[in-house]
Amino acid sequence: MSSESKRVSKSRKSKSTGAILLEFLGSMNLAITLLVAVAIASIIGTVVQQGQPYNDYLLKFGPFWFEVFERLSLYDVYSAGWFLVILTFLVISTSVCLYRHTPVMWKEMTRFREQTREASLRVLRHKGEWSAADAKVAEAIVQSALSGNGYRFRRKGDDKTVVYGAMKGRWNRGGYIFTHLAIVVICVGGLIDGNLPLQWRAMTGSLEVETRAVRVSQIPPQSWLPDTNPSFRGSVTIPEGKRAGVVFLPLREGVVVQQLPFVIEVEQFRVEHYETGQPKSFESDLVIHDPELDEPLRQTIAVNHPLIHQGFAIYQSSFGDGGSELQLRAWPLRGGPDEKPQEFEGEVFQSQSLEIAGETRTLELEDFEVFNVRPDVVESGRRFRNVGPSVIYRLRLPTGEALQYENFMLPIQQDDRWYFLSGVRSAIAEEFQYLHIPADPNYRLDRFMNFLEALRDPQTVEQAALRTSEELLQSLAVADPELAPAVAHTATDMVRRLLEGGFGAVEQHVTERLQADAVEPARREVMQEFSRTVLQRTLARIYQDVVTEEAGEVSPISLDEWDQQFYVDALAAISALPEYGAPMFLEVTGFNHIQATGLQITRAPGQNVVYFGSALLMIGVFLMFYVPYRRVWTLVKRNDDGSAQVLLAGTAKRDPLGFEKDFARLKLELTQRLAKGSETANNTAGTRNGDT
Amino acid sequence: MATPNDVLNADYERQGFLSSLKPFDWVWMVACVVGYLGVLSVYGPAMDRYEHAILVGTVISLMWLGWYWKPIRVYGLAVAASTTLALFIYPDMAAGEERFLLKYLLSSQSATMWMCALFIGATVAYFAALLSRSAFVGKTAAGMTWCAAAFGLIGLLVRWHESYLLWPGHGYIPVANLYEVFIQFAVVTALLYLYYEERYRTRALGGFVMLVISSAVIFLLWYHFDRQAHEIEPLIPALQSWWMKLHVPTNFVAYGAFAVAAMVAVAYLFKLNNPEGNILGRLPSFEQMDDVMYKTIALGFAFFTLATILGALWAAEAWGGYWSWDPKETWALIVWLNYAAWLHLRFTKGWRGAPMAWWAIIGLFVTLFAFLGVNLFLSGLHSYGAL
Ligand code: HEM
Repeated sequence: MSSESKRVSKSRKSKSTGAILLEFLGSMNLAITLLVAVAIASIIGTVVQQGQPYNDYLLKFGPFWFEVFERLSLYDVYSAGWFLVILTFLVISTSVCLYRHTPVMWKEMTRFREQTREASLRVLRHKGEWSAADAKVAEAIVQSALSGNGYRFRRKGDDKTVVYGAMKGRWNRGGYIFTHLAIVVICVGGLIDGNLPLQWRAMTGSLEVETRAVRVSQIPPQSWLPDTNPSFRGSVTIPEGKRAGVVFLPLREGVVVQQLPFVIEVEQFRVEHYETGQPKSFESDLVIHDPELDEPLRQTIAVNHPLIHQGFAIYQSSFGDGGSELQLRAWPLRGGPDEKPQEFEGEVFQSQSLEIAGETRTLELEDFEVFNVRPDVVESGRRFRNVGPSVIYRLRLPTGEALQYENFMLPIQQDDRWYFLSGVRSAIAEEFQYLHIPADPNYRLDRFMNFLEALRDPQTVEQAALRTSEELLQSLAVADPELAPAVAHTATDMVRRLLEGGFGAVEQHVTERLQADAVEPARREVMQEFSRTVLQRTLARIYQDVVTEEAGEVSPISLDEWDQQFYVDALAAISALPEYGAPMFLEVTGFNHIQATGLQITRAPGQNVVYFGSALLMIGVFLMFYVPYRRVWTLVKRNDDGSAQVLLAGTAKRDPLGFEKDFARLKLELTQRLAKGSETANNTAGTRNGDT
Repeated sequence: MATPNDVLNADYERQGFLSSLKPFDWVWMVACVVGYLGVLSVYGPAMDRYEHAILVGTVISLMWLGWYWKPIRVYGLAVAASTTLALFIYPDMAAGEERFLLKYLLSSQSATMWMCALFIGATVAYFAALLSRSAFVGKTAAGMTWCAAAFGLIGLLVRWHESYLLWPGHGYIPVANLYEVFIQFAVVTALLYLYYEERYRTRALGGFVMLVISSAVIFLLWYHFDRQAHEIEPLIPALQSWWMKLHVPTNFVAYGAFAVAAMVAVAYLFKLNNPEGNILGRLPSFEQMDDVMYKTIALGFAFFTLATILGALWAAEAWGGYWSWDPKETWALIVWLNYAAWLHLRFTKGWRGAPMAWWAIIGLFVTLFAFLGVNLFLSGLHSYGAL
């Protein structure tokens, strides 16, 4: 840009420190560097997930990198000191740039540069030249052509030479001012709404960040902000029927509490669903109790429909459980046959101690959801399906370690069969691993649990094993009466090992035993197969008994294909139990769903500043791109005989092709009109001559 | 004697706006008004005031567009006529399977499939035209591109109707998920390209631009057949906002423009590395391609700025903050800063040629990440478009 180079050379002459600094701050190189720096910092902020619990980062990056990243504030890039410094420099740079260029732009907008000399016009790239018979007429044509093509002009000259300095699209230059002013305005607006003051107070220690998960009442006053705080953005979760007069502002690795000048009561929260099970709308019925109001203000808010009250905006942002009351049944998975299911009640967000199968666990109920919508591919295409309520809980050992579980209240269909699903994981970052317990014909857990209970009873197993061994030995025509109890004993042992370690453990044990007994390799295979058969038949017999008893029959009933498949599924589940890691299976038998609405509450006085800046930006960008800035000069040189030489010249670096067309049009018009004009002039001249 | 005034009055034939209008311009304007009244009479009662405002804005923009770029009028009329016909014979979803015209041509799925096929065909045809130097093949390619763009738009409009057939009361304008915006992307990119094709009177760039459209089409087909993405699902609450109607299409005009810029940059670099090449020599001059690159990036930048501002307004209403440093927002900022830097270097440092072309191509990858990568790899508030 010529104007810039002019500026630069001017400031080079006076090399005071201030000027050099100004030149540096307003330089294009710095500007580009800063633009790129902001971009890179932003990329980092999206690659490292922001604002997660510190423990998650620790797990993800390990202690060393966790520490390094923390020092660099990578967990909250956008309020990090260094990021704000870059942004500040960008604002300064743009301001300086604006400061230096605005006068230039203003000149370009207002000066017509009619002082130009012929010589400087002749070096311009686009030119046209004509001779006209009458200088006055020529000037009139020039004027009309210029304004007809949208140019504004200034005329300057004496009797001999007249220069028309003409330009159009001068608001293009205003576009520069608007755009760059807009950047400054938007950044300032953003700064007003940012949490810079809070960061500052947290840094200097006048505000303490609460990092514990405690009740509001237990948060010390050093972590509270008064309701006069002009700008904040925070959130609060309020259960149905409850009230709140505060919001929590996330800050660093914790929160601070913002006092509100009013109290929000949540009467009801509603989620509506489409037939597919997808959510259709979230709504909360709010009542605002404000001492300033004569009557409480009632309003329903929904996503995209916030409530604005005295500069505070209240948005529906999320929802969750508000402490649902659950009826639970804990089915024992270990221990002897005396362990029976325990029925009890629980409340989400509460914990309680459980004693089951001789083991102690703390049950921490973490979440409850009534609807769980899962994508599902069926014949007609992709659909969503609601698989019913689920509960998320942790079972904590007395040592403090815990596993997290997700249980579905109702069985879920998979390939025509129904299963109770329970997911387990040891860390939030992991995926749940699901245990699939087959549901019985009544869609209940009973058959599986009866089967398991039978397996947990050594006597039942022993009896079944004995009968199985006898039959088996008979069929093999082995007539050793001593052998059957021994075989039965091993079978019982295998069932115990199955419950303790799964089929893998059983196999391993058998292999080891055969090795220890120094069975010759050729026979090992046979023996192993034999053990497997005994175990399978024992299990099958026990299952058969369970099904028979379930049917209320005495003599064994025949198992159909469905029952067979159930058996296979049940064994798979039983074999997976040791990995499941819990002494119990938690069944939800009933619930009283209490929801909580998640509100986002903001006070953003900078918002309108930002909007104003955005409008400026839009106008500026439009002007810069779509109002082409063009300058041409016309020089009319009057000859002594009253005729004239007309020179048209112009240049455009920015939009050469567009200018070329525009210039050609102007040139064409002048060519046509000056010729016509001369004709007219000639003609009139002729008539005049004739008259004389 | 002739005074200067006489000359002035000797009216130079500079056309005024009204006298510059040809009969077909009037036909177009009347058609726009009729279309407006038609929509009003059928859907007016169900529209809220924002939707009325958007409709009026759309009609005015269409009138202006038809005046500014003449060929779009034929396109507009063809799309409008076909869509009207489709809606007329499409009273319920069953009709889509039963009526021949719908099943094979105008239901949103068929129309989209036609679009895909025609775009792929056009890509081949453009390259064939470049190689064979046949004007006829070139014309065919352009024709196919026009038809593809028409089918794409018809498909979207009919899909809009279908969404209401499937979910009475909960239909939505089809700009809500990746599948729909990919169709939109293909259509917008094609139209932008066709505009420059006409302005610069060259079909040599066609194949290059069509490459990016074909990639979008291939993605679309995979998305359709592998993921059943063509299924119409009702909208989740966060998307039930009239801001969406503005924000998303605006964004995709920008993406389309950036895509054209990048593909012209590819052509530019090819020609640069092979200036003597017979075939590539038929590409427009460097100056022209440079100009197209600038024009499209400027257009994209303007629309992207607008889209980002609209997004901020929407976010302020939906999430309670106009800017949350959500990954999608942040990447929008990155894209924006990137092109701002591009424009600055061009204007203040006068950079031209290969580096700017490379940068335009890199810019497309940055943009691509902002609109696909973020959904794939990063999580955040904008997770609606997840694959
Ligand atoms: C986030 C910061 C900035 C943004 C978004 C921005 C945006 C823009 C845009 C869109 C243009 C128009 C380019 C065109 O006409 O095609 C432009 C031009 C320009 N910008 Fe910036 N700008 C920023 C910061 C700066 C800074 C810090 C400087 C100071 C060095 C600067 C100096 C200029 C100059 C000199 C022009 C050319 C004006 C002309 O003569 O047409 N910009 N800017």
